[in-house]
Amino acid sequence: MTDFLNNNGISLMVFLPLVGVALMMAIPEKQEELHKLIALVTSLATAAVGAALLVKFNYDNSSALQFAIDKSWIDVVNARYSVALDGISLPLVALTLLITPLVIIYSWDHIPEPGNAKAFLILMLVLHTGMLGTFVAQDLVLFFVFFEVVLLPMYFMIGVWGGPDRLYAAIKFFLFTLFGSALMLVSFLALYWVTGSQTFDMQRLAELVANTEISSRTQWLIFGGMFMGFGIKVPMFPFHTWLPDAHTQAPTQGSVILAAVLLKLGTYGFVRIAIPILPEAAVDWAPIIGGLAVIGIIYGALGCLAQTDMKRLIAFSSVAHMGYVMLGIATLTTFGIQAAIFGMVAHGLITGMLFFVAGSVKERYHTLEIKRLGGMLTQAPKLGWILAFTSMASLGLPGLAGFWGEFPVILASYSPAPGLSDGLFRFYMVVAALGTVLAAAYLLWLLQRTAFGTPSEEFADDPNITDVNTFEWIAWAPILALILILGFLPGLLFDVMNDPVSAMADAVAALGK
Amino acid sequence: MFLNQFLLFAALLFCIGVYGVLTRKNGVLILMSIELILNAVNINLVAFGAFNGTIAGQVFALFVIAVAAAEVGVGLAIVLLIYRNRRSIDVSEADLLQG
Amino acid sequence: MPIFAAEVANTFEMNSWFFDNAWLIPALMAASFVVTLFFGKRLGAKAHVIGVGAVAASFVLALLTAYSWISQVEGYDGGAENAVVATELAAGDEFAAEDVTSHNVEGGGAATPAPVVTSVCWFDTGDAPNNNCDDRGAAKAVGIGTLIDGQSVMMLVVVTFISLLVHVFSTDYVSGDRRYTHYFAFLSLFTASMLFMVLASSTLQLIVGWELVGVCSFVLIGHWWEEKPNSDAAMKAFLTNRVGDIGLLIGVSILFVTAGNTFDIQTINNAALTGVISQNSLLVASLALMAAVMSKSGQFILHTWLPDAMAGPTPVSALIHAATMVVAGIYMIGRLYPVFWEGLSIAGSNLNAMALIGGITTVGGGLLAFVQRDIKKVLAYSTVSQLGYMVMALGVGAWTAAMFHLFTHAIFKACLFLGAGSVSHSVHSFDMKNDMGGLRKYMPKTFITFMIATGALIGLPPLAGFWSKDEILAGAGVWSGTGGNGTYYIPFIFGLITAGLTAAYMTRTIWLVFFGQYRGNGTPHESGPRITIPLSILAGLAVVVGFLNVPEELPLIGSRFGLKFQNWFEPGGGTVFPVIAHAKPSFSLAIVATGIGLISIFTVWTYYQRLYAKDSRATEVTGGIRDRSALARAGHTVLVEKYYLDHLYTGVIAGSTKGWLARSAYWVNQNIIDNVINYTGKGAAATGRFLYRYIDQGAIDGTVNGTGLTALSVGGILRRMQSGKVRQYATLMFGAATVLAAIFIIAV
Repeated sequence: MTDFLNNNGISLMVFLPLVGVALMMAIPEKQEELHKLIALVTSLATAAVGAALLVKFNYDNSSALQFAIDKSWIDVVNARYSVALDGISLPLVALTLLITPLVIIYSWDHIPEPGNAKAFLILMLVLHTGMLGTFVAQDLVLFFVFFEVVLLPMYFMIGVWGGPDRLYAAIKFFLFTLFGSALMLVSFLALYWVTGSQTFDMQRLAELVANTEISSRTQWLIFGGMFMGFGIKVPMFPFHTWLPDAHTQAPTQGSVILAAVLLKLGTYGFVRIAIPILPEAAVDWAPIIGGLAVIGIIYGALGCLAQTDMKRLIAFSSVAHMGYVMLGIATLTTFGIQAAIFGMVAHGLITGMLFFVAGSVKERYHTLEIKRLGGMLTQAPKLGWILAFTSMASLGLPGLAGFWGEFPVILASYSPAPGLSDGLFRFYMVVAALGTVLAAAYLLWLLQRTAFGTPSEEFADDPNITDVNTFEWIAWAPILALILILGFLPGLLFDVMNDPVSAMADAVAALGK
Repeated sequence: MFLNQFLLFAALLFCIGVYGVLTRKNGVLILMSIELILNAVNINLVAFGAFNGTIAGQVFALFVIAVAAAEVGVGLAIVLLIYRNRRSIDVSEADLLQG
Repeated sequence: MPIFAAEVANTFEMNSWFFDNAWLIPALMAASFVVTLFFGKRLGAKAHVIGVGAVAASFVLALLTAYSWISQVEGYDGGAENAVVATELAAGDEFAAEDVTSHNVEGGGAATPAPVVTSVCWFDTGDAPNNNCDDRGAAKAVGIGTLIDGQSVMMLVVVTFISLLVHVFSTDYVSGDRRYTHYFAFLSLFTASMLFMVLASSTLQLIVGWELVGVCSFVLIGHWWEEKPNSDAAMKAFLTNRVGDIGLLIGVSILFVTAGNTFDIQTINNAALTGVISQNSLLVASLALMAAVMSKSGQFILHTWLPDAMAGPTPVSALIHAATMVVAGIYMIGRLYPVFWEGLSIAGSNLNAMALIGGITTVGGGLLAFVQRDIKKVLAYSTVSQLGYMVMALGVGAWTAAMFHLFTHAIFKACLFLGAGSVSHSVHSFDMKNDMGGLRKYMPKTFITFMIATGALIGLPPLAGFWSKDEILAGAGVWSGTGGNGTYYIPFIFGLITAGLTAAYMTRTIWLVFFGQYRGNGTPHESGPRITIPLSILAGLAVVVGFLNVPEELPLIGSRFGLKFQNWFEPGGGTVFPVIAHAKPSFSLAIVATGIGLISIFTVWTYYQRLYAKDSRATEVTGGIRDRSALARAGHTVLVEKYYLDHLYTGVIAGSTKGWLARSAYWVNQNIIDNVINYTGKGAAATGRFLYRYIDQGAIDGTVNGTGLTALSVGGILRRMQSGKVRQYATLMFGAATVLAAIFIIAV
C-alpha cells in the first residue's frame, strides 16, 4: 500500500477525476442524478487518495519532495512527467481537494441556467485535474500544460452558465490569462536555453541558474515574463480588471473555484517557480511587486466602497486580499512568504465562502443590489450570521483564518529580506495597515446594509426567502469550521511550510548579504 | 532568336488567357480562357524541350493536355450545376464563399 | 521561563497549580460561549445559567489564583528558601502581619516575585527564534501561553468579578429580549477574550485578544441592530478602533523585529530596558502603540466612539465600556511599560506625549459631561475623563497609581452604570431632564449605591477614588515633598481641574436624577434583587477597596495595611520592569484636591437648590440675571445678589464652564472631530467611485477593450476582401504573383 502510494499516489490523485469524466461521457445527459453522484464519488475518491497522501506525508522533512514520480514524457525537449508534493504545495493541494467536492455538493440543487448537469460537472472534474496537476508539477512544461488546462473549462463555465454579460467576461478572462501565459512560456523557454542544460526540471534549473553566469539583465527579463504570467492570474493591480467581470458573471460554483483555487495558481507560481529559480531577479523585482501589491490593497478597498452589487464587491475585495499575499511574497522573508501561503488558503476558504453566500442570496432575493437587500438577519438568521462570520474572517479578525495572512505580512514588511530597502517596505507596511481599516469599512458597511436593519417592503413577506438548507449546510460547514480552526491553530499550516519556505528565504538572504 | 519567338507567342497567349479569366462573366468562356493559359504553358514546355534536345518537355505537355481535359470535364460539370441551380452561368452571381 | 530570569538574583520563584493552569479561566468562558450559542436556545429563558455558572467558576479560579499569588508574595521574607513553605505560613491570614516594607523598596536589592510564564508552541516560523516555548526543542516557533504576575492577577479578578455581577444583573435587565441567548453567548465570548488578552504572554496574543474584545463590543453595541443608529454606533466603534489598531500592528511589528524577532512580552521588556532596542525605535513604537491606546481607551481625539457605544444594553456599557475593555489600552501600556518608559523618557522629564494626551482627555471629557441630557452619556464622558487620568498617570510614571485607579474605577464606574441601568429599567428612558428627577424616594437602594459610587468617583475621603486619585496627583511630582519620576506641571494642573469638574458634573447628575420632582410618566419603582444586590456589592466595595493602598504613613492603619496593592501587584524593577520611584503621599495635596472637589459640589449644589426652590420641576435657569439691566436697581441688586458672588460662582464660572466652554468643546467634538471622520469616510467613498468610474472602468478597462476593438476593425476591413467572387480572388492572385515576380526579377 505504502509502495503503491509512493510510486503512483500523485498520478492517481491527479487523474482520477478524468476517470469520472470518461464514465460520465458514456451516460446520457438525462440521468442528472447519476451524473451528480458520479461526480461526487469521483471527487470524494480523489480526496480520499489525497488524504492518504497527506497522512503518509513525512512532516518532519517537509522541504523534501515526497511521493515523487519522474518519467520521461516529451523526449525531444527533455520535458519530463515529474510530480511531487512538498510543504509548499501541500496546503494548496489540500485546499483544492476540499473545495471541489463541496462545490459539487452545492451543485446538487443549484445547477445554474441553462442546466445540463452532465457538461457542467464534467468541466468541473477536468478543472479539478488541472488544478491538482498545477500544484504538484515539478517540470515547467508540465506545469504550463496543467496551467492552461484549467483555462478552458473555466472559460466555458463562465461563457455558458454565466450571467447576462457572460460572453464578454469569459473572453476577457481568457484573453488576459492567455496573454500572460504566452509571456510566461517565453520565459520558460528562455530558461531552457540560457542555462545551457536544456532541462525543464524546476529544481535542477534553480541549481543551474545559481551556478551559471547569467547577466542580471537577462534574469530580470525572464522574471518579468513570469511576472506577467503569474501576475495576471493573481491578479495584480493594473491587470486585475478581468477579475470583477469574471466573478460577477460566473455562476456561483465558478466564482467559488475561481476565488478559492484559480487565483492561487498565480501566487503559487511565484513561490514555486519564479523566486527559487531566479532569486537575484526576485530581489530586483520585489520593490515593484510590493508597490503594486499595496496599490492593489488600497485600490481594491476603494473599489469595494464604490460597489452597489454584492458579488462585485466581494470580487473587488479579492484584489485587496491578493495584494496582501503579494506583499508577503515581495518581502522575501520566511514569515512573509509563509503568511502569503497562509493567506492564499485563508482567502480561498473565506472568499469562496462569501461567494457561496452571495450565490444563495441571489437565489433567494433574485438580486444582489445592496440597497435593495437588508434585514437578512431577521429573515434568514443563519444565512445572515454566516455572512457576518465570514465578513469578520475576511477583514482579518484574529482568531479566524484571515488574520494570519494579514498581520504577519505587515510585520514582515517592517524588515524585508537583505538587499531590499527598509524604508520603502516600511512605507508599504503603513499603507497595508491602512488597508485593514478600509477592509473593515467595506465589509462592515456591506454587513450593515444587507444583514442589519429590517427587511425592505419588497421582500418582507417573500416566501422564497428561506434559511440555509441541508445541501448548503453540508457544503459550507467544513469551510466554516476550517476558518475557525486555522484561526486558532495556525501551526497546522505554518509548521508544514516552515522548512521549505525557510530554505527559500535563506537562499534569497544569502544573495543580499 | 529561335526560342524567343516561341516564348513571346506563349506570353501573348497567356496574357489573352488571363484577360479572359479576369473579364469574362460567362463560366464557359472562363474555362476556355484557362485552356488558353494552359496551352501557353504547353508551348513553352515544348519549345524548351526542343531547345534542350530532350523529350521531357513534350512528355510534360502531354500530361498537361490530359489534365486539362479532366479539368475541363470537372469545370463544365460545375458550370452545368451552377446553371441548373441558378438558371445562369454568370460567375459573378456565384458568391456563396463570401465571408 | 524567560531566558534571562535565571541570570537575575533578586527574584524569587512563584509556583502554584493555579499559575500553571490559568488558561483554564478563559477556556471556561470560551466553552460557555460555544455551549450557549449552540444549545442556549433549548434552555429558553434559562439560557443564562451556562454563562453565569461559567463566570462564577472563573471568578473562583481567579480568586484562588490571586490568593496564591498574594500569599506567596506576603510569605516571602527574603530568606525563605522555599516559597511553598512560605505560602503555608501565610495561608491563614490574607493580611498577615509580615514586614512588608522589607521588599520592593526602590533601589534596594530586595527580592521581587518572578513572573510565571507557562507556554506551549503555537506555530513554527523560521523568522522567530526565542519565543518562549521549549516543548519543541530547537525549532523556531512562536509560543502561546499565560503570563502570571501581579498585573495580570489583579486584572483577572477585576474582569471575572465585574463580569459575574453584570451577568447576574443582566438576567433581570434583558429578560424577555428576543436575542436573550445570543446576548449571553457574546457576554461569555467577551469575557473569554478579555481574559485571554489579560493573560497574554506574547504581543501576538495581545493583538488577538485586543481585536476579539473589539468585535464582541461591536456585536453587543449593535445588539438591537434593527434600528440604524445602533448599528451605526457599532460600526463607528469598530472602525475607530481599527484606526487605532494600525498603531498596534505597527508597534508590535517594530518591537518584534528590534527585540530580536520575538513576540514574548518579557523578552521585549527586557530588551527595552537593557538597550537592545534603540531609543529611536522605542519612541516610534511607543507612539504607534499610543494610537492604539487612544482608540481603545477613548483618548482624545479618538474617543468619539465611546459615547455612541452607549447605544448598547446598559450592562454591556458597564462591563465593556467602563470597567474592562476600555481599560485594555491602559493594561497594554502597563504590560509593555519599559517600552514606554524608555521610549518616551518618562523619568526625569516634565512632559511627554502620553501624559499630555491623558491630560487633555481628562479635562476635555470632563467638560463634555456637563452638557449631556442622557445619563449614560454623562457616565460615558466621565469614563473618557477617568481613562485620561489613568493614561496621564502612566505618562508621569505613576504605574501603581494608574493600576490602582483602574482597579477602583472598574468598581465604582460599574456601579454607576448599573445604577443608571436600574434607573432606566424603572423609568424606561435615559433622558435626565424629561424623564427623571426625585427618584431618591422611589428607588432608595439605587439612590444610596449611586451616591456612594459618585462619592468614590469624585474622590471624597475615604471612598475608593480618593486614594487612587490622590496617588496620581502626587505621582506628578510637582507638589513639594512628593518626589515622583519627574516634574509634570501641566498634567498636574489638568488633574486638579478634572477633580473639580468631576465633582461638578456628578453633582448635576445626582440633582437631575434623584432630586427635585419626578418629571416622567408613570410611577417609578425600585428594581428587583438581581439588580440591587450587584449594586450593593459594588457600592460596598467602593467604600473599602481604597484601603488596599493607603500610604504607610497614615496613622492607625497605615503600618498594617499600607501599600498592599503596590506590594502585591507591582512587578519588581530591573529585568522586566523599570525601576520607578514612588511618590510620597502629601497630606496638604490631599486637602487641596478634596477642597477643590468640595467647592465644586457646593457650587453646583447651591445652583440647583436655588433653581428648585423656585420650581421643583425646573432643570435649568430661565430668564435669569441676563434680564436685569437698569442701572438704578443695580446697587440694590448687587446687594440682593450678594455682590454677584453667587452668580459669579454659579452663573459665570459654573455656567460658562457648563455653558459655552463645554458646549463649544462638544461642538468641536461633534462637528469637527466627528466630521473629519465622517468626511474621510465620504471622501474615501467618493475617491473610490471616481477611481472606479474613470480610471478603472475608463482608462484601464478602455485600454483592454481598445485592443480588442482594433483587432475587430482590422478584421472588418479584411473581411471585405472575402467577397466570394472567384474572379476577384483570381485577380488578387495574379496581382500578387505579378508583384512577387517583379520582386524576384529585381532582387535576383
